Amino acid sequence: MSVFDEMGGLGGGGGVRACYQPLARWLAEAPAELLEARSRQAELYFRRMGITFSVYGAADSNERLIPFDVVPRIVSAPEWLALEAGLVQRVAAINLFLKDIYGRQECIRAGIVPADIVLTNPHFRPEMVGRRPPQDVWVHIAGVDLVRTAEDGFYVLEDNVRTPSGMSYMLENREMMMRLFPDLFSEYPVRPVETYTDMLLSALQSSAPSSATRDPCVVVLTPGPYNSAYYEHSFLADKLGVELVEGGDLYVNDGQVFMRTTEGPKKVDVIYRRVDDDFLDPLTFNPESALGVPGLMTAYQAGNVTLANAVGTGVADDKAVYTYMPEIIRFFTGEEPLLHNVPTWRCREPDALKEVLSRLDELVVKEVGGSGGYGMLIGPAATKAEIETFRKKLAADPAAFIAQPTLALSTAPTLCHGGLAGRHVDLRPFVLTGAKGVEVAPGGLTRVALNEGSLVVNSSQGGGTKDTWVLDA
Amino acid sequence: MLIRVEYSTRYDYERAPHFVVQVLRKTPRSCESQHVRRWAIESDVDARIRQSEDAFGNIVHTLYSEKPVDTMTISVFGEVDTSDTGGVLQGWPERQHALVYLRTTPLTAADEAIRDFASGFGGENGLEQLHALMNAINDRIGFDTGATGVSHTAEKAFALGRGVCQDHAHIFLAAARWLGVPSRYVSGHLRRSDGQVEQEAAHAWVEALVDGLGWVGFDPANGLCPDENYVRVASGLDYLGASPVRGSSYGGMGESMSVQLRVHSHPQSQHQQ
Repeated sequence: MSVFDEMGGLGGGGGVRACYQPLARWLAEAPAELLEARSRQAELYFRRMGITFSVYGAADSNERLIPFDVVPRIVSAPEWLALEAGLVQRVAAINLFLKDIYGRQECIRAGIVPADIVLTNPHFRPEMVGRRPPQDVWVHIAGVDLVRTAEDGFYVLEDNVRTPSGMSYMLENREMMMRLFPDLFSEYPVRPVETYTDMLLSALQSSAPSSATRDPCVVVLTPGPYNSAYYEHSFLADKLGVELVEGGDLYVNDGQVFMRTTEGPKKVDVIYRRVDDDFLDPLTFNPESALGVPGLMTAYQAGNVTLANAVGTGVADDKAVYTYMPEIIRFFTGEEPLLHNVPTWRCREPDALKEVLSRLDELVVKEVGGSGGYGMLIGPAATKAEIETFRKKLAADPAAFIAQPTLALSTAPTLCHGGLAGRHVDLRPFVLTGAKGVEVAPGGLTRVALNEGSLVVNSSQGGGTKDTWVLDA
Repeated sequence: MLIRVEYSTRYDYERAPHFVVQVLRKTPRSCESQHVRRWAIESDVDARIRQSEDAFGNIVHTLYSEKPVDTMTISVFGEVDTSDTGGVLQGWPERQHALVYLRTTPLTAADEAIRDFASGFGGENGLEQLHALMNAINDRIGFDTGATGVSHTAEKAFALGRGVCQDHAHIFLAAARWLGVPSRYVSGHLRRSDGQVEQEAAHAWVEALVDGLGWVGFDPANGLCPDENYVRVASGLDYLGASPVRGSSYGGMGESMSVQLRVHSHPQSQHQQ
């Protein structure tokens, strides 16, 4: 399996790719210790700023730093143009899909997606049937995970349309790079990512209920300091210039949402919520939830508040629904998908299951309900015992799994133990939807699997991040 | 039959809450088997009550009380003309695709014991099998108001072998959905034929989707299909979706709740039709 390197191309034989040439020259001229020194400096800054991430199940500590790699990942202007068009198309289709399954359900009647996959999906919310969120926007913020296997081979690995995270790293990483390598930025026309917060605020404000004032009140709702992404929640509220609130800071009265402030109650129009559906309102969903706001769904269903993202979007990024995304895009846009899915076997289909079971040692098998790299089997890296465990799981409940080929994710030069080495990367751009349409922030979060040969880039599984440079022409 | 329902729920607080919000599903709508002649819902405190409809077609009232109160009573009074349709529901607005009623919820999950039990009721003849399932649950799960709480799952109640109408309903739903039969939880009122007017709580039963018939009611707590003695109020995936009240209060302490419920028939009013 030959691997595409972001700097060196396929197999590294064709010389340095054009967009990497200034970087390659710079790296060749830089003193050997410089990168190490900058790397230590970056870690020190990040520690001081307190940018940490909790890792579930890690025994050592509950908060740690996500490793930051100082070598940027570069995306050329034409590459980005193609990605951008594909992302806009895909997220627009997802919005239409959600509007449809909670509305007329035409894609189910037309047989585009099997009814049971949608309607009995744990992330489908029957409470949203017949409802339309303000301005018909369902997915205000999407973090679409892309992987690359060749020059023209970008694939969508996952559509994250619930409460995607990582934008704070995108912004912090850029700030860090500009501080550490100002000279490199003079060699590259890097498009700014700092505009992300303006784009986000405008997407949120534009999707406020029609009844809201011209200057709608936006808040960020966090589950609180114990949540693994709390740092990001407070960071984003700060950058957006809006209040960071917990469920207890809000209440619902007469179908309207209010925030308690020192000057009395203030009406809230848009909630950028980083709380999962099930915990949003104990009077509609999980009655044990103390993270939500009692009665919130009443206000939402009355059209008096915008929730970003809308309730029930999780059904669209479910791994079982993912396999139908090409058909969904064709059905709702009338166009061919510009971005491709990773070829995927649906284990619910008997022929697919048979093939998957015979090739477990070479495939990646994922639980349809899992996320964050949990609950999956990477065949080539698994022990015999692990494979046998998955064989039993698959036989017991085939519909709960999908399988994909083990992709040769592209590598990018990464600082490892004093030298540069290729490490596998993915890319999560952030796609924003407001009343005026869909747009993509020119950048994203590049995640890198720091262990040699590893394909798992999730920060919860020890991955690191890089700054992503999208070039302007 | 004209059934009269008088249903009041009184809350007492040791320390008055400064704000109360409640979502109430206590109001029936008319359909083939019942005509709602009149129905009123009110509170004895200065509260706003707003009416809406949920995604399952239920009439919902949301109550907001923002003055501290030591005690609060929500009263429901109504009269419904009922008729026997052999348990078959007609004229109810179906807002959801039938497959939604195959969803598993925490309260209606089927563990191995329930699946084993349910597997005896699969097969072709849907209606007959569902009657058999209803009767088997009625036989197996003894009625016991002290045995379970409202957060009890079908699994727990089944293992215990005792419960109230809510548990009978959850076990039925867990079994029927596992068999692939769309089914739902129904809350409402039952006029008791033994003359007992005062009741401790509202009643609950289920409806299952039967080929050729549509939604058919089954009351596994009593082992019979709903007739003119039943007033159907709300339906959902489980108790939580059809519960008469789900509420939250701020700042209060020591809440206690008492229910007064009278369900009786009114023979003399029948002639007025």
